[in-house]
Amino acid sequence: MSSSTTTLLDAQDIYGGYGGADILKGTNLRANADEIVVIVGPNGAGKSTAMKAIFGLVKVRTGKVLFQGEDITNAKPEQMVRRGIAYVPQEQNVFPSLTVQENLEMGGYLMTGDLKPRMEKVYDLFPKLAERRRQPAGLMSGGERQLVAMGRALMVDPKLLMLDEPTAGLSPKLIDETFERIKQINAQGIGVLMVEQNAKQALAIASRGYVLATGANRHEDTGPNLLADPEVAEMFLGG
Amino acid sequence: MNDILQILIYGMVLGSVLSMGAIGVSMIFGILRFAHFAHGDFMTLGAYIGLTFIGVMGLSPWFALPAAMVGMAVVAVVIDQLLYRRIRRTQPVILLISSFGMALILRSLIQLIWGSENQTYASGIQFPWRLDVLGGLRIKPDHVWIVLISLGLVAGVHLFLTRTRMGKAMRAMSDNMDLALVSGIPAERVIIVTWIIGGALAAAAGVFLGIDTRLHPVMGWTTLLPVFAAAILGGIGRPYGAIVGGMIIGISMEMSTLFISAAYKPAVAFAIMVMMLIFRPQGIFKGTL
Ligand SMILES: Nc1ncnc2c1ncn2[C@@H]1O[C@H](COP(=O)(O)OP(=O)(O)OP(=O)(O)O)[C@@H](O)[C@H]1O
Ligand SMILES: [Mg+2]
Repeated sequence: MSSSTTTLLDAQDIYGGYGGADILKGTNLRANADEIVVIVGPNGAGKSTAMKAIFGLVKVRTGKVLFQGEDITNAKPEQMVRRGIAYVPQEQNVFPSLTVQENLEMGGYLMTGDLKPRMEKVYDLFPKLAERRRQPAGLMSGGERQLVAMGRALMVDPKLLMLDEPTAGLSPKLIDETFERIKQINAQGIGVLMVEQNAKQALAIASRGYVLATGANRHEDTGPNLLADPEVAEMFLGG
Repeated sequence: MNDILQILIYGMVLGSVLSMGAIGVSMIFGILRFAHFAHGDFMTLGAYIGLTFIGVMGLSPWFALPAAMVGMAVVAVVIDQLLYRRIRRTQPVILLISSFGMALILRSLIQLIWGSENQTYASGIQFPWRLDVLGGLRIKPDHVWIVLISLGLVAGVHLFLTRTRMGKAMRAMSDNMDLALVSGIPAERVIIVTWIIGGALAAAAGVFLGIDTRLHPVMGWTTLLPVFAAAILGGIGRPYGAIVGGMIIGISMEMSTLFISAAYKPAVAFAIMVMMLIFRPQGIFKGTL
């Protein structure tokens, strides 16, 4: 297991859910600044719930979320953003009636100072968005919307980028492209924690991976090791 | 022909009043997710605040207008903080019923403070301009001002919503509340600005109605239905649609008097609203915001 730099995110033994029975039953997740960490698991495993719990959108009943060593358990989303955590939800992750540019501006709402340089950085990363900056996000294709969503999150210069299924519904070509971009983002020193259904490809670029089932860790290893594990392959990777 | 033009002007005046109310209803629905039933009584209260400024300070109605708008903006924020904020996280139907209660409270207060008889802003008769080119069409200066100021206010709201960070945050919140929170947009601050704008424009609607007709404690309540119709026609949650919705409803209501009794004017608004809800619930501007 790699732990070359300081731990950015450390979620320890999380229990919690939506008010009823706990969905998360002892989830542990860690991510470093130089890592791409991938969470895989069957539908309903609690992957999205785990992301929301880390970001303060789902109540953590017991357990701790540490960010750069500080306790941020159940902090408000605004606090998360200020600390440098950006989160892209699985669904409805753009403002449809706002233009691409306005979506980016909203991502940087809390930032003081000129947003232009940040925006240019996002446009450099996603040139497609630069061409479409005046178009409402709701009129764009699924792939373009995912770029807008990621761009919005990057506007705060995050230390940690949390992505929930960034390639869902994309064509194979766009999936490849999205993973390339994620690697590029990570290369800039931004830690990435992402949930992925395209497990094979995601684990291939992952520093580490977690297999989550019924709200708890089932496996944890480096990407290549998880890919090679016959049990994991059989359970989640379609053989 | 002359009659029709004359009625068209009345329709535009009524349309301006309705638009001012409908923008607020539409924004409040978009951001707070409930139909604000006290909005008609916000209009009434705005009109009476204007009356007090006219009476106490001797202002003309046009100078009382900004004062009434500021006063009503403050009242709207206070009501939100005292009542609506406390039940923000409950179901929308609870907010709707509370706003209905607030409507009754405001109306009673208005009767207590200003009495229940008809009142007017100005005594005396205003002489209309006669346009001989248009076959002796008569236009009251008041009517021209009402339409022009309304257009100016709508343009102002439009610029605010499209050019300022706060305005964009309001649109973002009405688009996707959860994502707005995730982005760190301060929801409570946006809500307060929504009430400021909604309250100020409601006061404008009330003062215009007072200038055009007379003041009465139920003047706003009886206008609420066409205001809602205008908001639905323009597309709920879409402030720019509200002016078009307001004009269509206002003109239809006035035009209907050519064919049926004026007593049926609200029924015309109601009929248009029901047809919209059945055939085009997204409003006439679906997907073009
Ligand atoms: N808003 C909610 N309120 C109540 N229960 C919810 C809510 N969202 C999800 N759940 C429940 O929590 C459990 C885990 O859901 P979650 O969305 O975290 O799964 P997931 O692993 O992300 O699945 P998927 O791969 O389909 O995205 C499911 O049983 C689901 O029904
Ligand atoms: Mg999910």
